[in-house]
Amino acid sequence: MMTAELAARINSILASLILLTAFGLLVQRRIYAMLNIFAWQGLFLSISTALVGYVSNLQHLYVSAFLTLTLKVFVLPYILYYLIVKLNIWREVEEIVNIPSTMLIGILLVILSYHVTTPIREMSVLMTRSTLAVALSTVMLGMLVMIVRKKAVTQIIGFLAMENGLFFAATSATYGMPMVVELGVALDILIAAFIFGIFFFQIRTTFDSLDLGEMEKLKEHD
Amino acid sequence: MTIAFVLGTSLVGAILLAFIGDRRFAPHVNILCSLVTFAASVVLALEVYNSKSVILWQDLLFVDSFNVFLTVITSFVSFTTALFSHRYMEHERELGKVGHYRMRFYHAMYQLFIFAMLLVLLTNNVGVLWIAMELATLATVLLVSLYRTPSAVEAAWKYFILCGVGIAQALFGTILLYFAAEKVLGAGSNALLWTNLIAVSGSLEPTVLMLAFMFFMVGYGTKVGLAPLHNWLPDAHSEGPTPVSAVLSGLLLNVALYALVRCKALVDGATGTHQAGNIMMGFGILSILVASFSLLRQKDIKRMFAYSSIEHMGIATFAFGLGGPIATYGALLHMMVHSLTKSAIFFTAGNASQMSGSQEMTRIKGLIKGNSPVGWGLMMGVIAITGLPPFGVFASEFLILTATMKDAPYLTPLFLLGLAVAFAALFRKTMPMVFGRPAENQKTIRISHLPVLLHMGMVLALGVYLPSFLNDWFHTAAKLLTVR
Repeated sequence: MMTAELAARINSILASLILLTAFGLLVQRRIYAMLNIFAWQGLFLSISTALVGYVSNLQHLYVSAFLTLTLKVFVLPYILYYLIVKLNIWREVEEIVNIPSTMLIGILLVILSYHVTTPIREMSVLMTRSTLAVALSTVMLGMLVMIVRKKAVTQIIGFLAMENGLFFAATSATYGMPMVVELGVALDILIAAFIFGIFFFQIRTTFDSLDLGEMEKLKEHD
Repeated sequence: MTIAFVLGTSLVGAILLAFIGDRRFAPHVNILCSLVTFAASVVLALEVYNSKSVILWQDLLFVDSFNVFLTVITSFVSFTTALFSHRYMEHERELGKVGHYRMRFYHAMYQLFIFAMLLVLLTNNVGVLWIAMELATLATVLLVSLYRTPSAVEAAWKYFILCGVGIAQALFGTILLYFAAEKVLGAGSNALLWTNLIAVSGSLEPTVLMLAFMFFMVGYGTKVGLAPLHNWLPDAHSEGPTPVSAVLSGLLLNVALYALVRCKALVDGATGTHQAGNIMMGFGILSILVASFSLLRQKDIKRMFAYSSIEHMGIATFAFGLGGPIATYGALLHMMVHSLTKSAIFFTAGNASQMSGSQEMTRIKGLIKGNSPVGWGLMMGVIAITGLPPFGVFASEFLILTATMKDAPYLTPLFLLGLAVAFAALFRKTMPMVFGRPAENQKTIRISHLPVLLHMGMVLALGVYLPSFLNDWFHTAAKLLTVR
């Protein structure tokens, strides 16, 4: 039997790994490597959820961990892998302007997340309470990925990383949302996956590339 | 039971239409499904009105005076839009803009979208509300890119990404809400039911709820199209097919605002302060100003009216933020008349651009000479939407203005400035389109005038005389939302 303290420590390590992968997604330039990092993030998230389920003895967290494992580690990365092979962009390298300042903004977001979640950390009695800030950071960093990246695929990975952060937040704040909600959210993500799959092809055929820099038609003209 | 029927029809309709595909009677099935949904929602409204209480269906769905009136509007406008879309899409097909496969997709997704919106309104579970809201987005993104032109694909992508980010914030808000509710109501789905939450709102932790509200505000605010989160809206409204623009603008924005207002009522109950309301007022007034000044520089007709939607959603958000019975009453009325007027405007704008072969306003000329119902329809629509009497928008804006002068007099000049600029901009741009000589290459097309006539007739009627049942309704709903 694992002591609660040990479990909390392992969970903290997992949380820091998730944060590390979130930063990795921010600055990794190769699309294929980014996909790998995303799958790792899903794996850490899934282990963490299962661990919390084991310690708190809540069965539904196992289901949630299993859901994360299949969806975030296998299904979604596989769909994305299939798409980038099919679209022949898996070798592509993306230019990111000014990595240091992007990192700096990321760090500021993490500090902001810690600040925002302070009242909740103080109120909560759960073993996972200290990881809520990491969860919010992951959401924020995912958002940052979507802002600084200019390719459709990388924006989607940022979007999915954000969802990872939200799942993590649900586990750390409340030991998971009710089952109905988690299943529904998972379903929505799956539908979203199919939609962006269709989108990649639409963008590709209309713009000849997946570079969103090409999209500049819809701006306010003077 | 009726409540499940309201929801079920559109879901069954979506599946049915996916199989029917592009047969000749598909538009009729689409109209029929919407009509049945509308009829069922009227029956539901009568039930609620007569019993004067909340109706539950197995804890999953619930109806009170607030969401039932939105349900009726939603199903009504979706019915008239289905009616309008029949001829409109037929013409788009003749132009070769959509094919066989895309028409099947269009009809099925249209019904799925209606289903998602009704689910947002009727569900009792805050988590399910979020899921349905995301479903509504997902159902419409590919409708926005239906024509597959570069700008349509770009608009849809922007819509998908920005609303995806926005709605993720709302999910974080939901998690925080659950965190607070779980302490009072215990773990499990029970802690996410509106009916339970409202009952215990006084004992929920105020700081957590305030934090949750910030996330709801950003999340659902993105979907309402409030400035500065509105970037997706003009693109999505101008690039999608006109029936989709009409339902996005007339219904989806309302539905997102509904979610926000529910959250606000809950947060007000917990904090006992006016903080949430102040935030909404700020977003509202900013949207009114940003949108009305953007109206001045628009060139595309649908894009211009999309900005006008941002302005009106700003007005409603501002009024809900003000709180108090008069402002809330005004906001509810405003949601209703805006929804009716704006969808009518989109119908006529769609017809006008089909006649002229372009959405650019400089190429749309002399509509009244060319086709007087379309021309007058657009003119009446603009008169109504800018808030001139005797139309319903005047009544709601007047109520909101009175409440503003009483509760927040320092904001009155800003509010009036926004209204005045929007008035000037819309009139300046509409006049050349409706009056004058028609362009030489103007086409004659087959148009169903019934939807516009119905909508404008109702807006006019609401401005002149508010039926007593509607009055009661708004009063009960306003009371429901302002109880502290």
